[in-house]
Order: sequence, then C-alpha cells, then structure tokens
Amino acid sequence: MPGDEDGRIAPASGTVQSGTSTLTTPGVFVTDQSRIRNFSIIAHIDHGKSTLADRLLERTGAITEREMREQVLDTMDIERERGITIKANNVRLEYTARDGASYVLNLIDTPGHVDFSYEVSRSLAACEGALLLADAAQGVQAQTLANAYLAVEAGLEVIPALNKVDLPAADPERVAEELVGILGGDPDEVLRLSAKTGLGVDDLFEKIIREVPAPVGSVEAPLRALVFDSYFDAYRGVVCYIRVVDGRISAGERLRFMASGEEYNANEVGFLTPRAVSVATLGPGEVGYLITGAKEIDRIKVGDTITSVAYQATAPLPGYSEPKSMVFSGLYPTDGDDFERLREALDKLRLNDASLHYEPESSRALGFGFRTGFLGLLHMEIVRERLEREYDLDLVATAPSVAYRVVKPSGEAIEIHSPQDLPNPGEVATVEEPYMRVMIISPSEYIGAIMDLVTNARGDMVNMTYLSPERVELVYHVPLAEVVFGFFDSLKSRTRGYASMDYEISGYRASDLVKVDILLNSVPVDAFSAVVHRDKAYEYGKKLVDKLRELIPRQLFDVPIQAAIGSRIIARETVRARRKDVLAKCYGGDISRKRKLLEKQKEGKKRMKMVGSVEVPPEAFVAALKVDD
Amino acid sequence: MTETGRPDAPNLADAAAHIRSAYVHIPFCARWCPYCDFAVVEGRDDSTDRYVRAVVSEIESEPAWGELGAIFFGGGTPSRLAPPLLGSIVEAVAERFGVADTAEVTLEANPEDWTEDLASGLVAQGFTRVSFGAQSFDPVVLTALGRAHTPDHIVRAVEAARSAGFSSVSLDLIYGTPGESMDSWARTVEKALGLEPDHLSAYALTVEPATPLGMQVRRGGAAPDPDLQADMWERAVAAAESACLVRYEVSNFAKPAHACLYNLGVWAQGEYLGFGLGAHGFRDGVRRRNVKRLDTYVERIESGLGAVQGTEVIGGWAAEIERLMLGLRRAAGVTSGAGGEALMASDSGKRLVDAGVVGLSGDRLVVTRPLLTDEVVRAVLALGEYP
Ligand SMILES: Nc1nc2c(ncn2[C@@H]2O[C@H](COP(=O)(O)OP(=O)(O)O)[C@@H](O)[C@H]2O)c(=O)[nH]1
Ligand SMILES: C[S@@+](CC[C@H](N)C(=O)[O-])C[C@H]1O[C@@H](n2cnc3c(N)ncnc32)[C@H](O)[C@@H]1O
Repeated sequence: MPGDEDGRIAPASGTVQSGTSTLTTPGVFVTDQSRIRNFSIIAHIDHGKSTLADRLLERTGAITEREMREQVLDTMDIERERGITIKANNVRLEYTARDGASYVLNLIDTPGHVDFSYEVSRSLAACEGALLLADAAQGVQAQTLANAYLAVEAGLEVIPALNKVDLPAADPERVAEELVGILGGDPDEVLRLSAKTGLGVDDLFEKIIREVPAPVGSVEAPLRALVFDSYFDAYRGVVCYIRVVDGRISAGERLRFMASGEEYNANEVGFLTPRAVSVATLGPGEVGYLITGAKEIDRIKVGDTITSVAYQATAPLPGYSEPKSMVFSGLYPTDGDDFERLREALDKLRLNDASLHYEPESSRALGFGFRTGFLGLLHMEIVRERLEREYDLDLVATAPSVAYRVVKPSGEAIEIHSPQDLPNPGEVATVEEPYMRVMIISPSEYIGAIMDLVTNARGDMVNMTYLSPERVELVYHVPLAEVVFGFFDSLKSRTRGYASMDYEISGYRASDLVKVDILLNSVPVDAFSAVVHRDKAYEYGKKLVDKLRELIPRQLFDVPIQAAIGSRIIARETVRARRKDVLAKCYGGDISRKRKLLEKQKEGKKRMKMVGSVEVPPEAFVAALKVDD
Repeated sequence: MTETGRPDAPNLADAAAHIRSAYVHIPFCARWCPYCDFAVVEGRDDSTDRYVRAVVSEIESEPAWGELGAIFFGGGTPSRLAPPLLGSIVEAVAERFGVADTAEVTLEANPEDWTEDLASGLVAQGFTRVSFGAQSFDPVVLTALGRAHTPDHIVRAVEAARSAGFSSVSLDLIYGTPGESMDSWARTVEKALGLEPDHLSAYALTVEPATPLGMQVRRGGAAPDPDLQADMWERAVAAAESACLVRYEVSNFAKPAHACLYNLGVWAQGEYLGFGLGAHGFRDGVRRRNVKRLDTYVERIESGLGAVQGTEVIGGWAAEIERLMLGLRRAAGVTSGAGGEALMASDSGKRLVDAGVVGLSGDRLVVTRPLLTDEVVRAVLALGEYP
C-alpha cells in the first residue's frame, strides 16, 4: 500500500469503526471526551523527543517490533539527518491506566526550530497539554523555553520532565530547579525519565491522564475543526491533520474552510496509529486526518477552521494567520537552460510546503531565476538542499536579504524583498527594517560578551532575568538583518556553545540604511548589492571586496572590484590577470595525463557564472554571508 | 623537410607528423633531483647491463616498422651509461627498423658526467645531438635544485661536445626556483647564450606532487611564483631572440635547422615507439605505456611477457583535443580543424581573442600569449564533445 510504510495515509481499505465500547459515548459513537488527552512534547534538538515518542508507541503496542523504525515521527530524509522535524505529525495511542480505564492519547509532534514557530503554535492549539522535556545533563535551552512560553500562553497544562537521567553526567536536581523556576511547582514533582531505558514512562502516562485536561467541546454545536498541519500525498492529494473542537466530522459530508472560503467533500476521515485507520466520524476532542481530494496545498491553509456546510459555525477558531516570509534570496540555475526545471521543482516543493513563496525575477548578472521567500535561514538551507539533491539542480543563491519597508516622500509605503529594488536616495523618505525580539539563555558569566555582540548587531536590551544564580535569560531587540548574518554563530563562539537563542518578529523600525553596490570590471553586479546600515557600510564594503578578491579566480585581464554607495566608491581591490597557465614541458609520457587533467579542470570552469566578461564561482554570490569570518 | 627553414615554420611543424621516431628511457641517476617526477632509480648502476639487454630484447620483439628519423634517449641520466652500452641500443634499433642517414640521435646528459672521451665515444656510436641538464649558472640555484654540477662543468661539457663533433648542442634551463631572483635568471640566460648553443629549453620549475619538492610545498615551503616565472619567461624569449634562437614551442628555442625533430614529431601527433621502463609509445592510434619499476620491467621482459602496462586508443574527440593541446604549444600553431573552428565561433573563443590570447593566422590557430595555452584548450573542452 503506497504511503503506508512511512506511517502516512494509505488508500482506504477495510474501514474500522472508531473506538471501543468502553471509549464511546453511548448512542453517539464517537470517543468519549473524558477519555481523551491531547498533548505534545516540547524539547530542544537531541534532548530525546523522538526516542521518547518511540517508547510511548512501544509501550502502548501502537506499532509492532517489526514495524518499528528508528524515529517513527520523523519521515523525510533531510529532517532525519538534521534531527529536525519539519512537518508536525500525530499519532493516537490507546493506554489502559492503572485505574483500569482505557484512554485515547493523541501525541502531536511539534517542529523544533524557530523558523517553524507558526506551525508550532498551530500544533499547540490542537492540544490541552504539553510535556516540557529537558536533557538532565544539559538543562533548558532557549528554543525549548520559547516553545514552553507559547504553550503556557496558549493555556496548555505544561508538565515538566527530565530525560536521560541514566546518563552519568545527568544533574536532575539542578535542571529540575531550572524547570520549576520557569513553570513553578515542586522540584521533586518533576518527572525523571530515561527514554533510552524506558524508566518513568508509565508514570508519565499516568501524569498526563491526571493533569492534562480532557477536551470540553460540544458534541451538539456546529462543527469547528482546526487544520494544524497538511501535506501533499502523491496518491491522495492534500492530507489535512485536524483537531475537532466542536461537533462532528463525518466522511461524505460537505465542508467549508472558513478563512479561505473553499468547499470540499470529506472523502475520508480517520486517525493514525501511526497506521492510517479510516473511520466514519470524528467527534469533539479527537485528532486525525482528513482527505478532501484537494490537489493544491495552498488551497488549504494551516490554521484554518473547518465547518460543515449543512450546519455552519458562525465564528472560526482563533489564531489563523498567513505564515510570513522573513528571509529572501534569489535562486538561479547555474545553467540558464534549467530555469523551467527550477520552476517545476519549486512548484513541487510547494505542494508540501505552503510557506514557500517565490516569484520570477531576472538579474543582469545571473539571468532568470526566482526571488524566494523563506521562514528563516534554516528553511532556506533545507529548500536549497532539496532542490539540489532531489531535483538535481545546480543553483546559485544570492546572499539572503530581509524585507524592507520603504516610505516614499509622498507617504506611499512599499515593501521590497531584494536590495536591487531599493529606490534611489531621492525617492526615499525613510527605510524601515524588521526587528526581532531575541531571547538568549546563557551561563551568566557570558553576559558581557553577549552585550558586546548585541551592541555590534545594533540591538538593544529589553529584559534580563536570572533563571538560577548561574543562568540568565536575556531579551533584546535586534534587526533581523543582523540576526540573519551570522549572529547565532557569533553567539555560539562567544559563549563556547553554552548559550541558546530564540527569536520572533517584533515589528518594523526606521533605520539609516544605504545600498552598497559591487562593481566588477567597472560594471555593477546587481546580485551583489546589499542594504546595510550607514555606519557599517564602509566596513562591509571593504570586507566584501576583500572576500571577493579571494574568491574570484584570476582572469585573462585585471579585474577591479569596487564597492560603492551611489556613485561614491568606498572600497577597491584588483584581481590581477593570470599570466601563466601552461605546463612547462609536454613530452610523450605526459600527454594522456595532461589531457585528463585539463578535462577535470574544465568541469571547474563550467561551474563558473559569466558576469559580463568575468568568470565568477557560485560561492562568490553568498560571500556576503561570510564577511565576518 | 626544410633543412634551413626557421624552427617555427608551419610547414616544418606539420611535416614532422610523418617522422617515425623512438624514445628510449635510461632511468639510472647518481642522485634523485628533488623536483624530478620522471621514472628514475638511484644506486642501481649494478643493473645497467641487464637493463640494456632487456631494452634490446624489447626492441627486437617490436613489430617491424619503416625507417626512423629520430631517436631520443631520455632519463634518468643516459650519460651514466658507457658509450658501447648505449651504442648497442642504437644498433638494435637500426637493425630492427633502419635509421635514416640524416636521423637525429639525441641523448640527455648531466654536465658533471661529460668528458671528451665520453663525447667522442658517443659520436662514434651514432649520436648527433646532446641535451645538457644545465638548469642554472648560479651556484646557489644549482644547490637549491640539488644538482651536483657547477657552472664550470657546463662550460667544459659544451666545449667537449663541440670538439667531439656533435652537430647539435642543447641546454636545459629551469627558472623560478624559490630564491632565484630575476637578476640571477638574467645572468643564467646570458651565460647560457654566451656558449652559443644550437638549441635551448627553458622550463618553468613545476611542482610535481610526488616529489620531495612537492612534499615540501604541501608542508607550506616556498613555491615558485607564477608571476615572476612569467616575467622570467619574457626575459628568456627576448634574450634568446637577440641571440638568433627562435622560440618554436612554449619552452623551446633553436637556431635554424636545429629544432628537435623528435619533439616536433610528438607535438605533431606523429608516431613513436617507446622502449624502457616507464616509456610511452604511440603507434596506429594507440598510446601504450610501460611498467615503471626497474625490477618489474626487467623481469617481465626476461620472462617474455612484454613490458606494456596499459594502452589507450586515441580517437575521435580525444584525438582532436590532443591535436590542439600539443599543436598549440608550437609557435606555428595548428590548422584550425573541428576544435579550432568551434572555439572561434563560441563566446569563450571571442573572449580569448579579445584578450589577445589566441588568433587566426590564415587557416591556422595560433596562441599569441603562449603562457596561457592551457586556458585555450580548456575553453575547447568546455564546449563539449563535437560541439
Ligand atoms: N543516555 C540516554 N540517551 C538518550 C535518551 N533519550 C535519547 N537519547 C539519545 O539522545 C540522542 C538524541 O535523541 P533524539 O530522540 O533523536 O532527540 P530529538 O532530537 O529530541 O528527537 C540520541 O542519540 C538518543 O539515543 C536517554 O534517556 N538516555
Ligand atoms: C629528464 S630531465 C633530464 C635528466 C638529466 N638527468 C638532467 O638532469 O639533465 C629533462 C629536463 O627536464 C627538466 N625538468 C625535469 N623536471 C622538471 C620540473 N619539475 N620542472 C621543470 N623542469 C623539469 C630539466 O630541465 C631537465 O633537464
């Protein structure tokens, strides 16, 4: 059965009725809400979320040994390699509690990275509780904390737990104090788990049943179900993951998506064990999947509310918003002939990733490509890697840029996604840039180093809280453009890897920004332009020019590289002409060897992008990312 | 063949394609120079007789061919062997294939080995041309190159060769040794030309990975500076020309009628046989190469196995690429052909023309900035096969 192997939806066969007699409300035939618990696990990467999920599945017999693959909840290769879950996923567990009663526990997975925080918030909106899992040796990290705050704000019951207590380096007392410092409560009450050995798993189940509130939707009210995730399946079309809040959703029914206004039939509903089990109806509090036959993923918006056409709800569930692109980069095929292939590949990726935005653009230097919007740098890297790996494309990516808001003298405001689009100084009243609220958790000894970094990055302090005498939470406002360019790496190196960081958009602010252009051989190269704060423009120009001089190989003639603001040159270097490129001696014995060497070298030559008459290696276009090295 | 023609004449260059020639490798050396990547052995002089017998038997088992116009003894150090040993090889070649009366018979020689007796002995065995590994006239540079001779050795060697009756005397020079200044190189060139050689080869020091020099550079030691080498090359070209030595290949200069026929043949894709360890041959469109280890070579020949380690059929596009790769090294250039025409019609070809790197002279493609020859060949390769 296609799709079945990786725990995704298989074509319906042998429909199973929902629930067992002990679990259903008499006469209604949907699961009794008092026996449902919906929860997710919040954890920093590598703190053991996947391993714990495996243990929970095993314990409830949800999956047989044979079917048990490492890390069931992660499905895509790249995600697995990076240890990151991009797509929220969910699974229904049936657990018989110590009191003898059976419960349905829906475990809803959340992405672990800030780039996907909108998806995190949607996943949390489908739960009543969350497990905050911290590595007992490493303690709480910023992303975990940020997601924990999201959960608390969303009104979830947050259960703190320590994982990896089996490790010799584990310090459960200290980390328990930290968790209690954040969430309140008694450190002795914090669960001690080992996902590796299975220690504490039953206590965890019991605690979830005791502390996570049961859903309290109305079974009589009109249907309201939240779409908390979706993905594209080649056989079934768009598959939505849904949480029913009120009413019931039944196969065959006509549905209305309240934000988009689209209407579809419910072709199939069901839940995952993680095998897909199709059912006639899902009732309030239940979590599962819905297949409508929709073929384009952007028709169905994550966060939308589904209601029934026959019996419509008046108000949607709260919280829907369009995920917003934060970082933009131009993607160009190295070989201009691949433009159409790139378009097709992006179209296909978008089937599964509604947060990917792109529109054609052209660059004098790079030809035809796409200005592409991403949720963040990680998202950008993943997309690029998938394009190159899965679609076998050779790409040149321009240095990422953020979205600037340009206010013209007339008062008209426009948003620009590429430095090339910044109007001439005369046509600009102010330029505003996005600022982030950056939260950092670090050992307190690094406060000075962090302050220094933030000042350099044009940020200012908002707040400082000691989590414990040794650990501090710092909050700043920092321009996104600075966060994008190496901020995290600098933070890691200045704090020897001990600090962790999270951020969210906090709004736009006017800044004194200028466009720095780069000229190769006296010709401006649009793909190298960048918007930079005026105070940093000179230094930026100099560093970029230096970097380019290293990256651009010597050509047949001298190539001047200049940085300019408008018509003012602020930095200059020259790549001297290559003068000697021939083997001194070529006798009988050298000929085959020499021919093969030249053939190999020619491959390097083919990678080069011709910019005017200058050969530029693709790496040069992201040189701006590395000016701080 | 134009006996009096300029070494860079196109008709001379192209006619060389019809010369049949043979290369004989003599691997023995008193010591291994730190920059050398040729097949050499040090301290194995006890094996010279056995080696020569193996070479002779390799020659005898090669299918018959037409008369040869050139034989080249390269090394290693051919001058380490006594004239009768080398002579037995010349004789074997003559017996097997025939050697033209006018044939060029060259050996490479180390200046410090050279004596009047050796010189006249070699002439008696049929040698007509000698190429001395002079490398430099600066004692400091010679030491840096690990050479055993002094500038004086070179002067005496040239005199002895002349008086013994060699009809062509050539000097090899190396430029760009780390530490060698432009002044030192200018003096080396001046002293070399002062000896009035018939032929001069000036090679940029090349860092070969599998040599002590290569190792040293990998460890961060001083490497030759390509820009300085380009200046040095220009200096050598100018000085040689004022001494009536015409540059006819990237690194080679000759007086009229003294171009090296053997090398002209190789650069014109002519055919040649290769004998001895590590030797390459090219016959009937097949390139073959012999095993590189002395003992393996001798044992295989002695047990009748033949010394060929690998063969490669050179045809189609590879042959066209080699035609350009070799032919473009010559001042005479090559007839354009499929590769040349494709290049001149392409954007990259136009850029090379604009930069003054390559041009057409009648129907011939000529590299006008010879030090960038490889870039021209890569541009053809980048057009893809049979563009
Ligand atoms: N010793 C020990 N190792 C664990 C435990 N839980 C997970 N791990 C290991 O920690 C690493 C990261 O776990 P994983 O579940 O992939 O983390 P995730 O990134 O949060 O999903 C893996 O090598 C696991 O084997 C535990 O309780 N004890
Ligand atoms: C086979 S070697 C000569 C051997 C002979 N034993 C001698 O030392 O003269 C031929 C010439 O190649 C040149 N040569 C060898 N290795 C070289 C290198 N790595 N770079 C530049 N020229 C080299 C030298 O000029 C040398 O004289």
